[in-house]
Order: sequence, then C-alpha cells, then structure tokens
Amino acid sequence: MRTRFDEQLEQLNMLLIDMGALCEEAINYAVGALNEGSEKMRKLTYETDKHIDDREREIENLCLKLLLQQQPVARDLRQISSALKMISDMERIGDQAEDIAEITESIKKPKEEICGDHISDMTKTAISMVTESVDSFVKKDLEIARAVIKKDDIVDQLFLEVKDDIISAVREDKTPGEYFVDILMIAKYLERISDHAVNVAEWVIFSLTGQHVNEELIEKERL
Amino acid sequence: MDKYTIENLELFYGDFKALKNINMKIQEKEITAFIGPSGCGKSTLLKTLNRMNDLVEGCKITGTVKLDDQDIYGKIDVNLLRKRVGMVFQKPNPFPMSIYDNIAYGPRTHGIHSKAKLNEIVEKSLRDVAIWDEVKDRLNKSALGMSGGQQQRLCIARALAVEPEVILMDEPTSALDPISTSKIEELAMDLKDRYTIIIVTHNMQQAARISDKTAFFLLGEMVEFDKTETLFSVPKDKRTEDYITGRFG
Repeated sequence: MRTRFDEQLEQLNMLLIDMGALCEEAINYAVGALNEGSEKMRKLTYETDKHIDDREREIENLCLKLLLQQQPVARDLRQISSALKMISDMERIGDQAEDIAEITESIKKPKEEICGDHISDMTKTAISMVTESVDSFVKKDLEIARAVIKKDDIVDQLFLEVKDDIISAVREDKTPGEYFVDILMIAKYLERISDHAVNVAEWVIFSLTGQHVNEELIEKERL
Repeated sequence: MDKYTIENLELFYGDFKALKNINMKIQEKEITAFIGPSGCGKSTLLKTLNRMNDLVEGCKITGTVKLDDQDIYGKIDVNLLRKRVGMVFQKPNPFPMSIYDNIAYGPRTHGIHSKAKLNEIVEKSLRDVAIWDEVKDRLNKSALGMSGGQQQRLCIARALAVEPEVILMDEPTSALDPISTSKIEELAMDLKDRYTIIIVTHNMQQAARISDKTAFFLLGEMVEFDKTETLFSVPKDKRTEDYITGRFG
C-alpha cells in the first residue's frame, strides 16, 4: 500500500480546498469593493490574488514532485494532471477578481443603481460554482461537477440581463456612459469566472472518468 | 493482423490450474506486455507461446494457441516453432563460447555452414542490436567477458540470427542497470517494425513506455487486455487499477 503517496494526495486536496476558498474570498472582496467603494476591500482583493498565485506555485511544485517521485498511473495520474490544469483556471479567477477591483477604483456610481440585483445574483452563482467545482474534486463527486457545468447557463442568462438593463438605461439616458462600460466589464469578468469554474468541473469529470467532456455531452445533459 | 490467437487456454501443473480460460489475440509487429504480480501466470503464458512448458513435468494444456493459422499444440515441428519464435530470458545467458559462435550457433543448427553466409548473419544480427561497433574487433573472444547489458543484447542478436517472426522476452532488463535497460527498450521499439514482440515485465513504467498493448494477469486469469495507453490511464477493472496504482491487496 502507498500510505505516503496517499498522504501527499490528501495534502494536494487540502491545498486545492484552500486555493478555492481564496478564490471565493477574492471575488467577495472585489464585489465588496464595488458595492461599498471601499479601499480596504480593494487592497484585500489584491492581497488575496497574491496568495492565490503563491498557492498555485505551491500546488504546481507538489504535483511535479508527485509526478517525479511516484510515477503515477490511472486515477492517480488523472488526479494530479487535472489538479495542474485546475489551478491555472483558479489563478485566472483570482486575476479576474483583481480586474474587478481595479475597475472599482475609478467607477462613478449613479444615484439610481442599475442592474445591481443581477450583478449580485451573478456574484452569488459564480462563487457557488467555484466552491462546488473544488468540492466535487475533493469529494470525487461527478454529480456536483455536472451541476456546476449546468449552472453556467444561469450566469450566462444573468449576463444577458445585465446587458439588457444597460441598453434600457442608455435609452433612457440616465447615466454617464463610462459607468455602463465599467459595469458591463464587471459583468463580463463574473461571466468569465463562472467559465473557469466550468473548466475546473470538466477537469474533475476527466479525473474521475478519464473522459473529456465534449460539447455534445453537455448538450445532451442540457436537454 | 493477428500473430497469435489464443482460445480457451488452460494450463495445469499437476492439479494446480496456472492459467484459466485465456482468450486473446496478439497483433503482429507490435509490442505486447504481460504484467501482474508474481505467480499470476504471465511467464507461464509466455512459455506456452513457443512450447517451453513441454519441458515441465506434469504440465497439461487445453484449448488452442494458433501462430498465424497453425495450432502450435497440434502436429508441428517444435524445433521449427522455436526458430519462428525466439526467446530472451531474464538473466543474460550467453553460451560459454565466442561472441561469433554464440550468434552462429542457431543458424548452424538449422543447416547453414557457409562461412560467408555466417559472417553476414553475425554482422547483421549484431548491427540489429547495435553492438557491432562495440564488439567487431573481438568476435573471437568469449561472450562471458561482455558486460551484462552487452550480454543481453548478444542474446537478442542470437535470437534474431535465425530470423524469427516473434521474440518472447521474459523480464529482459530486470538484471540490468538503467542505461543498459534503456538500450534494450530502444532496441525493442526499433525491432517491432520487423518482429512481433511479447514481453513479460515487472516494471510497469517499462510496459507503459514501450508496449502497444498490455495484458494484466492475476491468479492465472487475464483480467484486462487493452491498448497500453488506455490500460494505464483508464483501466476498466478495479483489480487492474489497484495493481497498477500500487494499492493492491
């Protein structure tokens, strides 16, 4: 039995859970910076993104060490190679939270808030997708991973609604144009974050089944 | 094309059933690896492929093993079978004679006595295993003075000298250092263009590196047989998964 190897794989899981939690925090701080206009929240977003980058490097080193020392095959190889791919997506999630925080530095909020509810729903859904995608990896749960992929439709729909909100507001000429661009970009970053969570979920499915999720399969599930 | 077709093969050593209902087709000009824990039957199966088990007392075989379309347990000249199916063992076993005579031994027993023809066979066989340049100036020296890796390549050259169609390798690198091991592996991959190679190995990385297909055996049963890449990435049977990931038992 490979007790030491199993311990190292457990350590990999713990680091991934930690990196997933950092991603959630980064999104929360970034949206907090948007809602509150708080400098503290912005700083926390940037700091958290740095922690995410550090965690990525740490997990990458552990995976390379495991590949070298344990020469994994079958499910072990899939688990480690999936982890290596997942952390790239998680690192991008951190970057996008940072991008949102950067926009909030200069955003000029109008008196009458536009599409606030939809942005808030996008945030909640995107965060839950990040949490659940990592959760599915750790619990080796195919159903959770598949549910994450399905949830992407919700975020995509919310993004369209944000767009519609903005178009309506532009027609009514309520707000300076700069704000619309900023809020649309924020919505796009949230939409991209959910796409990265989907990528993570797809790697979990590969890790568990050895099969890549292709478009056809997703379509079949959606029907 | 299938080189071997094995159907309902069972092998008994006295009352002990060492192979249980083996059914498989081994493709020509590919490397097929047999893996599994000690005593799983992989070497036993290898030996049935050129009737080496004939020499074991109390050994009984049922089912069929066809080489091309010929049942090798039917009416067949066993010497001719072993000319078609060469074997390389775990420990290099050069004959206690010169390098030249080691290679020429097989062709001579098959009736080739022309010096020019033998010279040609010796050079070609040694070139095929990439040790011609290393030994061409000492062909008349004893093969026992060669290094372990060279001796094993000599044994492969000796097998090639009779122009076989299949080469069976029973853990051919387990007694060799890593450099010699990688030379034998490279050699096996070069040779598969012209020969069908079947290798028994305890080294799973070796099976993953060099073979096209891999069969996993356990307690005399062939648990799984698939493309090597598939078997080592997405094995279908839990027993295979547990064995190759080192969580067996």
